[in-house]
Amino acid sequence: MTSRFLTAGLALAIAFPVTTIAQTPEEKGLEIAREADARGNGFGDFQADMKMVLITQRGDQAERELRVKTLEAKGEEEGDKSLTIFDTPRDVRGTAMLTFSYKTKDDDQWLYLPALRRVKTIASRNKSGPFMGSEFSFEDMRGQEVEKYTYKYLRDEACGELTCYVMERYPTDKHSGYTKMVVWLDKDEYRTWKVDYYDRRGSLLKTLESSDYSQYKDKFWQPAKMSMVNHQTGKATDLFWSNYQYDTGLSEADFNQNSLKRAR
Amino acid sequence: MKKNLITASLLAMPLISMGWEFRGEVGLEGRYFTQDSPYPEADYSTNGSAYLKPEILHEWNDRDDLFTFIPYARVDEHDSERTHWDIRELSWIHVGNGWESRVGIRKVFWGVTEGRHLVDIINQTDQVDQVDGEEKLGQPMINLSLVRDWGIVDLFVLPGFRERTFAGEEGRPRTPLPVSDDALYESSREDSRVDFAIRFQQYFDNGIELALSHFSGTSRDPLLIPQGLSQAELIALATTGALPAGSDPEFTPLYNVIDQTGLELQYLQNGWLWKLEGISRSGQGERFNALDGGFEYTQVGLFGSAADLGWIVEYIWEDRDDSLASPLASDVLLGTRFTFNDVASTEILAGIIYDTEEEEKAISLESSRRFGNNLKASLEARFYTDAADPRSPSALYRDILRNVNTNPGLGPISRSDFVQAEVVYYF
Repeated sequence: MTSRFLTAGLALAIAFPVTTIAQTPEEKGLEIAREADARGNGFGDFQADMKMVLITQRGDQAERELRVKTLEAKGEEEGDKSLTIFDTPRDVRGTAMLTFSYKTKDDDQWLYLPALRRVKTIASRNKSGPFMGSEFSFEDMRGQEVEKYTYKYLRDEACGELTCYVMERYPTDKHSGYTKMVVWLDKDEYRTWKVDYYDRRGSLLKTLESSDYSQYKDKFWQPAKMSMVNHQTGKATDLFWSNYQYDTGLSEADFNQNSLKRAR
Repeated sequence: MKKNLITASLLAMPLISMGWEFRGEVGLEGRYFTQDSPYPEADYSTNGSAYLKPEILHEWNDRDDLFTFIPYARVDEHDSERTHWDIRELSWIHVGNGWESRVGIRKVFWGVTEGRHLVDIINQTDQVDQVDGEEKLGQPMINLSLVRDWGIVDLFVLPGFRERTFAGEEGRPRTPLPVSDDALYESSREDSRVDFAIRFQQYFDNGIELALSHFSGTSRDPLLIPQGLSQAELIALATTGALPAGSDPEFTPLYNVIDQTGLELQYLQNGWLWKLEGISRSGQGERFNALDGGFEYTQVGLFGSAADLGWIVEYIWEDRDDSLASPLASDVLLGTRFTFNDVASTEILAGIIYDTEEEEKAISLESSRRFGNNLKASLEARFYTDAADPRSPSALYRDILRNVNTNPGLGPISRSDFVQAEVVYYF
């Protein structure tokens, strides 16, 4: 066990040598992003339940419940595969979405419509559009691959009892709804605590705050709550994650058109 | 009685805890017809209807076995044919390593286009239920699905045939003549012939999706044959130009045995989804071919809002020279969908199918939104323009006697424009 950790440490040291000579803010930002990404690698597969609470300006609430199954990518170019199953609202119950994500090109996505027993290819390159009417957009919900952004380290800053790296992240995809994000990650475990999103005009659009982190498999940190506030509309969405399970035995066979049609 | 109830609920309790699920939907529909009916039997302008679709689901063996039971029933105010019930699904799915078996009554959809579902052939259309043809009757089947690196192959054995449902004499819209319950079959085994189908599908990560299929069995589309006339009726028609009072002409559905090969092709690039469906069918008169091709494109974040505007353009073509079979021969579909992406999932859909030969248009408008968590409401309107009045039974038979093969076009459904409100509750 010790030797495996040592090997992993060595590999990291070779891949990202600690530079003592002057590092540009861009290089340091990328290094932080790579380290945060590396700490999320090797999860294999996981499943989790999610409850979404949509809050209007007046405080009215609407709920959505869904389940997510994710299989980690095996190859270099490949991305993760995931299956999202919607339970509420009731009229979309049984609807399921299959996503093959890629590091450098648009994801492939299919939607299963149970009433028609039909699988439809999602054609829309809708990154900035709201996910299920919430304050989370499609690009907020997907995996944050290192390659999809450029970075710039700003400063270290106290965040609660921890110390955080504060850095800017710029989407490389021209279809992104954002010009930049400011991200707060703690220096101990590289967990994201806060993200400020700036819209295409460069003004502050939304703030995401993640909290109630738990560690799984002695390695992976997951938040139980994620709150997104839209500063321009006054609307907000809370995500509550529960029932996190790792090593559930998912395989490639759970992520094809057949499994999509019986996802329910 | 009370004791039985207690016993039943005690029995049901462990069932619920062991992965049994009960759910479903109930819908109420009201229609207003904007024109007078050409048929005296269907002389009304408002119609009410309701349906119930419960679902009983069970899974075991770590979800490697799934059981589904979905009965369906509809009651209609005027049309006794539309008051009907069906078993939409009663099936058992077993998932193996690289294969899946699906046995029982099920619904299977094939296809990629929106204008006409040419390739889709496994299930019979429940036409009396919905005029858009999207509602299907449950089909008994044994289906083996093989998952390989090079694609998914589905093999179907289809024992038993379902006849298409048609509106009755009191129905709106309806056929110019009522459709007889005594169908004619080419197969001597009639509705108990065993049909076969196979489909191969593959997805390529360059954006191409492909499916090839073949069906061999009783056609789901019947030819509607005007029933033969008696000697007296023939003489009356020839001398007076009209059928004698009291005669009761009907359409008899004829189900041929056909072979149909289908192609589905999709190509996604830069947000443009190109689609093509094609079939070649033999066994129903001369071999004929049909195609439906076009594209789908969505403009996202319209005018800086969260709303999307989707476009569908398709061209539908068929080389079948048989007016009884299909009212669509060279048509253009233009559809647009406005999605608000709001909490209520508000949507507006508009579509027009334009027959370039007959210059007829079928227009549909639909909008829907959710109320709360369990209720969905929709408004729908369907208009048929430039469609000739349907011919009277006498005129229809006169044409046949003269061997005039006029395309009935949208005639059978003309003068049945309607607006509809529907509320569906999900439990």
